[in-house]
Amino acid sequence: MEKEFCEEWEGFVPGRWSNTSVNVRDFIQKNFTPYDGDDSFLAGPTEATKKLWSMVMDLSEKELEAGGVLDMDTKIVSTITSHGAGYLDKDLEQIVGFQTDKPFKRSLQPFGGIRMAQNACKQNGYEVDQDVVDIFTKYRKTHNQGVFDAYTPEMKLARHSAIITGLPDAYGRGRIIGDYRRVALYGIDLLIEDKQQQIDTSLVRMTSKNIRLREELAEQLRALEDLRELGKIYGYDISKPAKNAKEAIQWLYFGYLAAVKEQNGAAMSIGRTSTFLDIYIQRDLDRGIITEEQAQEYIDHFIMKLRLVKFARTPEYNSLFSGDPTWVTESIGGVSIDGVPMVTKNSFRYLHTLDNLGSAPEPNLTVLWSRKLPMNFKRYCAKMSIKSSSIQYENDDMMRATHGDDYAIACCVSSMRIGKEMQFFGARANLAKCLLYAINGGVDERLKIQVGPKYRPVEGDYLDYDDVMAKYDDMMEWLAGLYVNTLNVIHYMHDKYCYEKIQMALHDRDVKRYFATGIAGLSVVADSLSAIKYAKVKCIRDEDGIVTDYEIEGDFPKYGNNDDRVDKIAVDIVRSFMDKIRKHHTYRDGVPTMSILTITSNVVYGKKTGSTPDGRKIGVPLAPGANPMHGRDTHGAVASLSSVAKLPFRHAQDGISNTFSIIPDALGKDAQVFVGDLDIESIAKELNNDGV
Amino acid sequence: MEGYIHSTESFGTVDGPGIRFVVFFQGCPMRCLYCHNPDTWDIGSGNVRTVESILEEYESYKEFLKNGGITCTGGEPLLQIDFVTELFEKAKEREIHTCLDTSGITFNPNNSEILEKFKKLMKSTDLVMLDIKHINPTEHKKLTGHSNENILSFAEFLRDEGVDLWVRHVVVPGITDKEEYLHELGMFLGGLKNLKALDVLPYHTMGKAKYKELGIEYPLGDTPSAEKSLAFWAKDVIMQGLKDRLIKNRIQD
Repeated sequence: MEKEFCEEWEGFVPGRWSNTSVNVRDFIQKNFTPYDGDDSFLAGPTEATKKLWSMVMDLSEKELEAGGVLDMDTKIVSTITSHGAGYLDKDLEQIVGFQTDKPFKRSLQPFGGIRMAQNACKQNGYEVDQDVVDIFTKYRKTHNQGVFDAYTPEMKLARHSAIITGLPDAYGRGRIIGDYRRVALYGIDLLIEDKQQQIDTSLVRMTSKNIRLREELAEQLRALEDLRELGKIYGYDISKPAKNAKEAIQWLYFGYLAAVKEQNGAAMSIGRTSTFLDIYIQRDLDRGIITEEQAQEYIDHFIMKLRLVKFARTPEYNSLFSGDPTWVTESIGGVSIDGVPMVTKNSFRYLHTLDNLGSAPEPNLTVLWSRKLPMNFKRYCAKMSIKSSSIQYENDDMMRATHGDDYAIACCVSSMRIGKEMQFFGARANLAKCLLYAINGGVDERLKIQVGPKYRPVEGDYLDYDDVMAKYDDMMEWLAGLYVNTLNVIHYMHDKYCYEKIQMALHDRDVKRYFATGIAGLSVVADSLSAIKYAKVKCIRDEDGIVTDYEIEGDFPKYGNNDDRVDKIAVDIVRSFMDKIRKHHTYRDGVPTMSILTITSNVVYGKKTGSTPDGRKIGVPLAPGANPMHGRDTHGAVASLSSVAKLPFRHAQDGISNTFSIIPDALGKDAQVFVGDLDIESIAKELNNDGV
Repeated sequence: MEGYIHSTESFGTVDGPGIRFVVFFQGCPMRCLYCHNPDTWDIGSGNVRTVESILEEYESYKEFLKNGGITCTGGEPLLQIDFVTELFEKAKEREIHTCLDTSGITFNPNNSEILEKFKKLMKSTDLVMLDIKHINPTEHKKLTGHSNENILSFAEFLRDEGVDLWVRHVVVPGITDKEEYLHELGMFLGGLKNLKALDVLPYHTMGKAKYKELGIEYPLGDTPSAEKSLAFWAKDVIMQGLKDRLIKNRIQD
């Protein structure tokens, strides 16, 4: 690491970040300017912004007319440097760079799986070039092929019956956040120097572990050189640190662009960039070289680029995720470990793009919420939430304890320290289906075939709580083992055939790896067990004796009403399944975590799950994430949220999501009809003063 | 003490300041034509709850209710005034903000026993939300089955006791939207120096479904929902009345 203080850093407070090591957090903590004012300083869209955005809207409309995809690359395999420069309007764009040589053209990414790439093209009316197909079938193995070479028959069956669902075995796993800020703060030269030093100090005793590390570091080094090249394609030399706000945003974006050119990941999150960039913007504002309008324009154009990240995907993939999500999650706000809110003016500017460019689901603007956030910022968040329904909130007070103050969210809830922690994304196990396997002795209730182990099924007409619980515990034990081992195969092969070079290049060498698992159907399981315990549940069997439906006699407590009788069941299930996961060996010593977060895929999972003892019928969607089942929470939102809040974060450290919809009118009184803060005496005084 | 409670709601956002824990009392002597909670009319039915169990439930939500508090509504909570009093007294011991949403119908300034009970209750009440259905006694009777005499004197009682007051008025097309009455309502409100908020609500028909469920004929039949603009206009008329009263007071001074 260069000890010299670079000229581009002039005006910044030095520290460990500048004289010893790559340390973005230290830079932020020493240099950011907290802001506790309101939103009145914000600037509207410039003419250039409006013009560019209307071009985007036109293209979006054309894309929609064309059936969802406007153009696809079928010949050039996407790499960091594969394409020439692409623009909307070169003269107007402050921040440049697209995944291919033009906007809305989706890139070809076959390293995850050539068949997935072919299908994505085919179903949108395109055909992948035969040479490319040959290369990726005859000469270059893909992640997908590697996985299926190693899968056991049991794994394939569990995948087929959808007791384990959404596995990243045919597409990029995503959920890795490169520390793209490093590109802006240090420039490529210093990052390469740092990486070279990492290689030089790596172990030389050639165990398979050390060989793999050396190979990966070499790949990372090449990726950094490619990133420099990507800058050149757009006419920038990013070898040195960024010297102003515009360069900082551009350098950072190049880092991210390289990642989405290389990986079609299920979630390609950007990190925690707003307060970092505010330091550059504030320096330029203080120097008088930019205006607030320009600052907002940079941010608007940057966000516009993030909105235009697109991947080639199949209709099945899109139906699983209810749309075409990219999960460009940006984490905003939060509080430092010293207790200082990390809200800056740029936190406002990011949210303000929802006004300047209109509402959009991407980038997924996520506020790291704390009680300590400034009231003005809280007000602004509430205002923008009501206006746009496009802001996600996460509990900073809880996550800060684990991850400190420089973590970000990948996808929707997965927290990790940027550049220091990554995760192996692991989709989820369907615990509702697992309960049905417990009842039917491992026979799938829809496919009517033996998928799980042939344990003894339940007997008799009525379900007995203790009997079902004992059987469920055994079945979860089996599922946890199979699930972890399936993921071991997937991540081994992903590292081998579809390694995230540039993203990992923007990490420290020795990263902490989370081995993320997930569960689906929690509320269905809790309610089912509650029904068995507190009401009477009668089994309805088909001609082969398989229980395919249930009749409930009497009422039972339902999850989502702050009723401990059933909420405790949900808590126990989470803890119990997580403990079972923990028993198993994980690839690269990943630290096992679990999420309860199916935000959209719960619909597809429900389709593949038979009727359940809570009264839910076959095919009906499971509730999203940790949500109570729709319509069963009858004591209002706070009761519902309280049930969810009981779930233990330490056993679901990869995150717990709750999808909350409310009509704006139910959030409070409309100021126009409601005259609050009335003060008769001051009105009287006013009337006096007016001389009425 | 035990009371008849219809239900509780953990996320009240329109029942006083902040997010509030709302207790719906069972039983109401009024039969307002546009009532949207006919399921709370019956007296003596509902769930039997103790004051402690309600406060316990409140405690389980208190993290969410820091800037809010507890609101008693109904039905008519003051049919069970002793219960409300005990609840509010115990709530105040825990420093919980207390709000009473009432029609004021059970108030009677000429009955000393009732008056004492109200005075006792007001000692632990932070805010009263009073629904003034109609300013004219005859029209009020048509609309609710009762005269508004006690209700208006309840408002004045609150002024004399120094209890903060929010007044609500529902604008029903053809029934409570006459300019002269709205102005008169404003004139009345101008005399209440404890008035802290005015809430003018456009009539909606969402209550209809409940009547159907209960097998009761919907008294307002096909009366249409009020446009929001009607409520804006009504608010302006009321506020004008309020100002006119203040001016009049001054001239009299």
